[in-house]
Amino acid sequence: MAGTAVRGRLTWRPVTAAQVFTETPRVRTIILDVRDWSGHLPGQHVDVRLTAADGYQAERAYSIASAPGEPLALSVERLDDGEVSAYLAGELRPGDQFEIRGPIGGYFVWRGEGPVLLVAGGSGVVPFRAMLRERLRSRLDVPVRMLYSSRNWDEVIYRSELAAPEPGVQVAQTLTRSQPAGWTGYARRVDAAMLADIAWPVSRDPLAFVCGPTPFVEKVAGALTGLGYPPRRVRTERFGGMGGG
Amino acid sequence: MEPVDGNAIGGLLLSVFGSEQTDVVVTCAHCGAGGVMAGCVVYLGGPGTVVRCRSCDGQLMVFVQRGAVTCVDLLGVQ
Repeated sequence: MAGTAVRGRLTWRPVTAAQVFTETPRVRTIILDVRDWSGHLPGQHVDVRLTAADGYQAERAYSIASAPGEPLALSVERLDDGEVSAYLAGELRPGDQFEIRGPIGGYFVWRGEGPVLLVAGGSGVVPFRAMLRERLRSRLDVPVRMLYSSRNWDEVIYRSELAAPEPGVQVAQTLTRSQPAGWTGYARRVDAAMLADIAWPVSRDPLAFVCGPTPFVEKVAGALTGLGYPPRRVRTERFGGMGGG
Repeated sequence: MEPVDGNAIGGLLLSVFGSEQTDVVVTCAHCGAGGVMAGCVVYLGGPGTVVRCRSCDGQLMVFVQRGAVTCVDLLGVQ
C-alpha cells in the first residue's frame, strides 16, 4: 500500500499573535488573531508551522487552551531541544505572524460526557483548560475531578484559575520535587493510591483524560486500568515534554 | 528523540487521508494487536515520521514529506 497522496482539505492559514502572557518561567500563553476560525472541540490541537528566512520550515502540534467561542489561545512550554517552542515560548512578540492548521483531533476531545477525570502532568494541563472553560461557558453541570502534577510551585500553569474552580469541579495538585511552606496538596509522583483517592468510582462510568509526558501517561493509564477503568474510557495524549514530575 | 503518540500527527493524517484518523482503530500486521491511531508510538525526529505498534514495537507506518507530496508506507498495518 505504499504510495503518494496529495495534501487534503487541511490548509495552513496565517495568524497574528495578539497577546502573550507569561504563565511560568517556561510556559507562555499566546492569544491568536485568526480570521474565519471554524471553531473547535475542547481537547483538539492545531499544528503550528514556522518558516525561516531561508525557507526552512518546522512544524509542531499544540493543544488549544481556549474554549470554543473564545479568542484562540495556545499555551506553549519551551523545551531545550524544541525549535518551534523556543520561538513560541521565547522570542515571539505581539504582532508576530506564523501559520497554523486545524482544528485537529477526534479522539482526545471532550463532547460533554461525564463524570470526567482529568489527570495532567506538566503542560498536559493545557487541553484541560479548554475543557474546564467550555464547561463554564456552556453551563454544563458535568462533575469534574482533576489531578495535576507539577515539579514545583513555580511550574504550575494557570495557577489562579485552578485555585478557584467552579462548583462541581474539584482540583487536586501534587508537587513532586519541592513544595512551598504550608503546602497542603500531595508531595509525590502520581501513583495508584493517589488515583484511588481522586478518581471517580468505576460504577459511575467515568471518562478519563490523561495528558502529559509519555512515562507519566503510561503510569497513570496503567493505574486507572488497575482500578477497573475500561481502556476505552481512558483517553491518552503523550508528548515529548519534560514537566509533570 | 523521545516518542510522542498518534495525536501529534493528527494533522498529517488528516491531510493525507482527508478525514480525521486519530480515533480510527488500526491493527498491527506484525502482532495482530489493535488500538486507536492516537495510541500508537510516533517518532517525529528523523527524516520521516515513523509510527510503531505500542504492543510489539513493530513498524506500522512511515511518512516522508517531499515538498507538497507525502510518501506513505502502510505495510505494517493489517
